[in-house]
Amino acid sequence: MASLVGSRVERKEDKRLLTGKGRYTADINIANQTYAAFVRSPHARAKIKKVDISKALKASGVVEILTGEEIATDKIGGLIAGWAIRSEDGSEMKVPANPPLAKDSANFVGEPIAVVFAESLDEAKDAADLVNVDYKVLKGVINTADAMKGEAIHDGIDKNLCYDWLLGDRKAVDEAFAKADKIIKVDLINNRCVPNAMEPRACVVDYNTASEEITLYTTSQNPHLSRLIMSAFGGVAPENKLRVVAPDVGGGFGSKINVYNEEIVCSWASKKMERPIKWVAERTESFLTDTHGRDHVTHAELAVTNDGKFLGFKNETIANLGAYARVFGTVTPTYLFGPCATGVYIIPAAYTNVKAVYTNTAPVDAYRGAGRPEATYTIERLVEKAAMELGIDRTEIRMRNFPTEFPFKQTLVHTVDSGDYVAGLEKAKQMADYDNFEARRKKSEANGKLRGIGVSSYFEACGIAPSAVVMSLGCGVGLWESSEVRFNPTGQVSVFTGAHSHGQGHDTTFAQIAADELGVGLDVVDVVHGDTDKGTFGMGTYGSRSLAVGGIAIVNACKKIVAKGKRVAAKMLEVSEDEIEFKDGEFVVTKSNKKKTIGEVAFACYLPGSRDSDFKSPLPEGEEPGLIETSFFDPANFSFPAGSHIAEVEIDPETGEVKVEKYTAVDDFGRIVNPLVVEGQVHGGIAQGIGQALHENTEYDETGQLITASYMDYTMPRADNFPEFNLGFTCTHATSNPLGVKGCGEAGAIASPPTIMNAVIDALGGQEITMPATAEKVWKACKALKKPNSKAA
Amino acid sequence: MTKVTIEVNGKKFSKDVADHTILSVFLRDNLNLTGTHVGCDTSQCGACVVHVDGKSIKSCSTLAADVNGSKVITIEGLVKEGKMHPMQEAFKKMHGLQCGFCTPGMVMSAIDLLKNKKNPTDTEIREWLEGNICRCTGYQNIVAAVKEAASKM
Repeated sequence: MASLVGSRVERKEDKRLLTGKGRYTADINIANQTYAAFVRSPHARAKIKKVDISKALKASGVVEILTGEEIATDKIGGLIAGWAIRSEDGSEMKVPANPPLAKDSANFVGEPIAVVFAESLDEAKDAADLVNVDYKVLKGVINTADAMKGEAIHDGIDKNLCYDWLLGDRKAVDEAFAKADKIIKVDLINNRCVPNAMEPRACVVDYNTASEEITLYTTSQNPHLSRLIMSAFGGVAPENKLRVVAPDVGGGFGSKINVYNEEIVCSWASKKMERPIKWVAERTESFLTDTHGRDHVTHAELAVTNDGKFLGFKNETIANLGAYARVFGTVTPTYLFGPCATGVYIIPAAYTNVKAVYTNTAPVDAYRGAGRPEATYTIERLVEKAAMELGIDRTEIRMRNFPTEFPFKQTLVHTVDSGDYVAGLEKAKQMADYDNFEARRKKSEANGKLRGIGVSSYFEACGIAPSAVVMSLGCGVGLWESSEVRFNPTGQVSVFTGAHSHGQGHDTTFAQIAADELGVGLDVVDVVHGDTDKGTFGMGTYGSRSLAVGGIAIVNACKKIVAKGKRVAAKMLEVSEDEIEFKDGEFVVTKSNKKKTIGEVAFACYLPGSRDSDFKSPLPEGEEPGLIETSFFDPANFSFPAGSHIAEVEIDPETGEVKVEKYTAVDDFGRIVNPLVVEGQVHGGIAQGIGQALHENTEYDETGQLITASYMDYTMPRADNFPEFNLGFTCTHATSNPLGVKGCGEAGAIASPPTIMNAVIDALGGQEITMPATAEKVWKACKALKKPNSKAA
Repeated sequence: MTKVTIEVNGKKFSKDVADHTILSVFLRDNLNLTGTHVGCDTSQCGACVVHVDGKSIKSCSTLAADVNGSKVITIEGLVKEGKMHPMQEAFKKMHGLQCGFCTPGMVMSAIDLLKNKKNPTDTEIREWLEGNICRCTGYQNIVAAVKEAASKM
């Protein structure tokens, strides 16, 4: 039987999604539902003096209006930070309360103050306009770099500082820097991005008055985790009375990890009103209130020798958390960032210091890559600049500092189990025709264009994560994953997983894994996820963890199925267990070639006998009936995908437009389950990274108004912004899991921003430019060039 | 209120709706055809594209009353006798979709392109799809799917 793992299998979920039969949250309607409209703060920072709902209550169709007062009275808890981070001085991080409906103060534009429920959406929106909130408007703290100098926006949080965190050894770094021939320095801004999943957030809540159970349909990447948080911290309902269903979800990219105000408020209100509720975000509400990503201001230095050896690294970063600390908000700029700061290089001394600040902007949390794109951007800008300043080829300087022996113990945290960074970069160079670049540069020059080439080599720590490690670093929960595999008496298999697919294709890839393990056809395997009432508790999908953690739980549950099957087959075939081999779905007696299929064995598992009966059960004595097995898998290590990307851009100095001419990506994801799906993940990640590098910027004005709050203003990359990406793969198997797999979901978004920016800066002769390198900025930079493509410092 | 009579996917519907009802709402809420998605409300993302009298339009910025008497095809109307349209087949074969949210609009838009241009180049496909935003695929496999469909249609 040919292995399904490794095959380009077309996706099982596609027919449903292609024929309009997908079922997204906004597609769900419950009889007698009310419609919610939220009253949101129009101010970035204001005291709430009074919320007057009297006029709105009289409006047509209004069922109920609730405010922060009722939330407080009913003791409904707020939104939470999932990781406790300690400052360098040992003190605990400072976290403000974040009630689902603001009662006393509003801290970003779009923060919910009150909610109107009405018989129709139009009536709800009209009545929301009649809610009169009396604000005392205060001067907001908006800018990341200046946040510590501003007035404290939360009581008791001095300098707006959540924590001042250090990873590494300052003294060792000082000593390394003292020995350096040259110090390379960069000042960088990692621009704030809005994740922009195409499906706006939504929730539909149905309270069952008989069972007293709340069912919440919602746009979540992690329904079980959402239920846990809403129950434990929100106090909305006990877990057994709260069912969270995340049906088809239209993209997440980190923005659908958090439990949001609207989900808590609508769940609480549905029970209170004994009416179902529907809420669907408009796109501008998504821009204002979805968690954003990145937003770092960084000064970093690399100590080097004249022959290009790296001696030491330091990184001083201010990270903007926005108005509140959310689930992955505090860990993204620390443990998801600092440990990856030294990149794929041997750097004997390093530290990263992060000051995380509160501002009157939307909360910032995980966004595809979460911390690792920021880390990679910093080190890869430094390395490229070092190559330029030392006059060493940009690929050569990387090769000189790559580790070549694995496992590789990094200076800061990680022990990287496997990799071959040299092979990845060599392959990328060859695929990108790197050695002939200068000829292409001259050709562009002849046409009046500026051509540049950029490289980045990256690794990342994903497949989050070993529970003991993350909990020792401040995570509130373990990050294992679970699976239950049910082999039905008539031969089909249901695979339940705690991971969640919102585009990743788990229905297919997880079925490939289970089908291979059990030796059955792909058509008889169904993957079930996204419903806390179905299957085991799980932590969900983010941090490129679904396969490397959740996939292994499936493998292990299948192995238990086979182990039990072997015991039963032995009895059926009247041999001892060790005489049986399981292969391609059959239990075979190696000596006699007598066999039973796994289907026959599964059926037999449901036929228990008893000592006193004449019925001869195929089950061994003492064996429980049924063929259902569960596994909870806690990984021993992170997974460490790595690779090298090379981009070529061409700039028109007359317009400043940057055209990505070529993009080559060579990645090592270990063993690949489905190349079709993995390539799609890489394409999407690269596109998001190019979006950040060239197009996307989240712009708040000085009063805290988000001026890029629609697709008219925020530049989403479109089909004509990209060339065809050229993908290649190398493969070193992960040693920390039995499939040998590494995460692939975020790599593209991690590697591409520095790749593109290195190319743009190369085209500009070394002139620094901040992301996004829009036509306006690049045009100005071109004007500053003495002559096209002169090698300015 | 306005009486709107439209033929949708070959079936005639007549409904009394508020004057300001937009076509995407009419399809989703009045006819329960939820395959047409709404990803923005500024006519930018293209998830809501349907065909009106054979041409692709954004249903989120069209009044239902304005298409009174027209023939509308939505993503649900492409399947004939249980068989997907060649464009749908091509999207599946080339992995032209991930989360599936932009997909209905993308497919409807792409079909309209091939009506006007039998064998478009990569550039023509990318420029035509400029009004459809996808966050998952980086567009590469969408372009590949449209070319694949062009070779089959």
